[in-house]
Amino acid sequence: MNIVENFDLYAPRLVDKEEYFNAGHRACSGCGEALAIRLMCKALGEDTVIVNATGCMEVISVMYPTTAWSLPWIHVAFPNAASVGAGVEAALKVLRRKGKIADRRIKTVCIGGDGGTFDIGFQALSGTMERGHDVLYVCFDNEAYMNTGIQRSGATPFGASTTTNPAGAASQGKDEWKKNIAEIIASHNVPYVATACHSYPLDFMNKVKKAREVEGPSYIHCLSVCPTGWRVQTEDCIKAGRLAVETGVFPLYEIENGKYTMSSLNPEELRPVEDYLKLQGRFRHLTTDSIEKIQDRIILENNKLLDKAENLHSWAELEG
Amino acid sequence: MSERIGMEIALAAAEAVALCKPDVVAAYPITPNTHIPEHLSDIVAEGRLDADFICVESEHSALSACCGASGAGARAFTATSSQGLLYMAEVVPIVPSMRLPIVMAIGNRALSGPINIWNDHSDIMSQRDSGWISMFAADGQETIDMMIQAFKIAEHRDVMLPVNVNLDGFQLTHVVEPMMMPSQKEVDKFLPAYKPYAAVHPDNIVSMGSLAMPEIFNEAMMAKDQVLINSKKIILEIWKEWEEQFGRKYEPIGEYRMEGAEVAMLTLGSMGDTAEVAIDALREKGVKAGLLKMKLWRPFPVEELLKAVSGLKSLVVIDRAVSFGGPCGPVCLEVKSALYDQKERPLITNYIIGLGGRDVVVADFVKIAEQAIGAQKKKPAKAYEIYGVRGS
Repeated sequence: MNIVENFDLYAPRLVDKEEYFNAGHRACSGCGEALAIRLMCKALGEDTVIVNATGCMEVISVMYPTTAWSLPWIHVAFPNAASVGAGVEAALKVLRRKGKIADRRIKTVCIGGDGGTFDIGFQALSGTMERGHDVLYVCFDNEAYMNTGIQRSGATPFGASTTTNPAGAASQGKDEWKKNIAEIIASHNVPYVATACHSYPLDFMNKVKKAREVEGPSYIHCLSVCPTGWRVQTEDCIKAGRLAVETGVFPLYEIENGKYTMSSLNPEELRPVEDYLKLQGRFRHLTTDSIEKIQDRIILENNKLLDKAENLHSWAELEG
Repeated sequence: MSERIGMEIALAAAEAVALCKPDVVAAYPITPNTHIPEHLSDIVAEGRLDADFICVESEHSALSACCGASGAGARAFTATSSQGLLYMAEVVPIVPSMRLPIVMAIGNRALSGPINIWNDHSDIMSQRDSGWISMFAADGQETIDMMIQAFKIAEHRDVMLPVNVNLDGFQLTHVVEPMMMPSQKEVDKFLPAYKPYAAVHPDNIVSMGSLAMPEIFNEAMMAKDQVLINSKKIILEIWKEWEEQFGRKYEPIGEYRMEGAEVAMLTLGSMGDTAEVAIDALREKGVKAGLLKMKLWRPFPVEELLKAVSGLKSLVVIDRAVSFGGPCGPVCLEVKSALYDQKERPLITNYIIGLGGRDVVVADFVKIAEQAIGAQKKKPAKAYEIYGVRGS
């Protein structure tokens, strides 16, 4: 088989057959986040501890006395995945040093939704990143508080209708732009930051593998389509993620030691954002004016990003 | 051999914790507990303690990091006060539910507002029902001893609960006292290495911190309650072991001059030592007065209380916190509740004193006791009095 020509057929063979996030959990059909977590675990492998913030993934995976997890897993509360993770990492480091556990590297991986990352868990995340713990934090961003019923978060995009900023005669949905969390985390001098989406599984898994190897903090921002909250047909989950990338709503990139690299998966030319918006009920109410405003903003944000990718240098290159 | 030392109690508490060799310490600064973690970080920096000291960005993260560390099988310690305890309050009840044997020192301080950094017990009282074992130290020696006892109690396989040790802010944390500091060898003999029941590690896969549906929640709460109630037996055993090894006796309710007492005061924390002097003065006046010093606050020592108050005509419960809009102070509430079913019980009066660091001197305790004795003839109009309010 010609690997290059038949890459789509060959690629799945590269994926670990072992399941760490097992079938039987209670996620909605078409849940992008559950799929992303399954892939993430395969990329991480068995020497991993998962620290979960309260949210959909915790609720659907550990209904006592069952568990979907074949990896060691801990959940304490909503805002503190990053600080629980800091404690896990510190403990594993000290216990290994003292010879109380096996002498091998175990990666601590914190996972949280956008609410647990952008909003209520932000302080804990910032602290853990600033202190340089050997922790990978993966945010599964479905752009609202889906677990509690689709409320607005700092990650909800401009114009989306949620249950706490619904569209109506006097409202177009959310009036504010989404917080650029990846950029904020990068500003903590985190050596590895990446954006990813489950609709590009190998790209996501490669980024997880790369982040896993970082000895220090790393952050992956994974756009996770929520058919329930986005008002998308369940079979369109992957399509919605792809359209987010193809329209430039969610560009895929890495920031390694300060150096921005755009993924080759990003389109040469952006599709009109309308293709992405019209698929989703949460944007159904948007006027042409609003859509134009969004289109302009996407172009601006993409240009800002391309400018960084072109002009910013890695820390190594900037050393005197 | 233990060594006689003169040291600030907060520093001595840190030295005692270091003797217990915690693997992870996570803390955030707040007056007046701060000298405890500060000094622990000194001890780590000096290389006397092999631990990871995490300078977290909040108390919420301090206790969360301890949860992660304890969940991963480490011995974990934190300390806080007042608003810090409330800031971590979301995590506080989760710790006993997850059966994580974390030890926390609380340098007790008034809750805001108005903001006030000095001592009372409103911080811990707000966390009374969280499921932690809760002790009150009356002096520096008890602080040292309880810090060490706390790890052994917490980690006992039949307990596996977090323990908080309360020491009054400033009155204890910042006071220099002579104390006996146990040696490392003595502590090693008393406190075995921590062997976790379960830990998040790939060699032994567990899921910790599950979701419980209504079908299982009652059972989970009953288990949480029972393990705390049952912990008293282990606490008593461990205190007995402590007494045998170190010669210092610990009881849920310590007694001072209770022989033949008709009136007794019941105190928590450092005010007990001041009250002792007042009891001496009252005894000299011929008043049959005694003192009950409550050391174990949770699990609440019902049996010991009943035994201690039997034969008393009058019991004065001294509170250092207000249950706003409630029937009386929080300690008095519990005492009254415990005695309600008794056929014979003393007349109970309740004084709330020393709020936000207001000084309470020997004469105040004498006055309170005398007022309480007077109350036997004429019942006071109010169930409790906030003592020493200016202009009242």
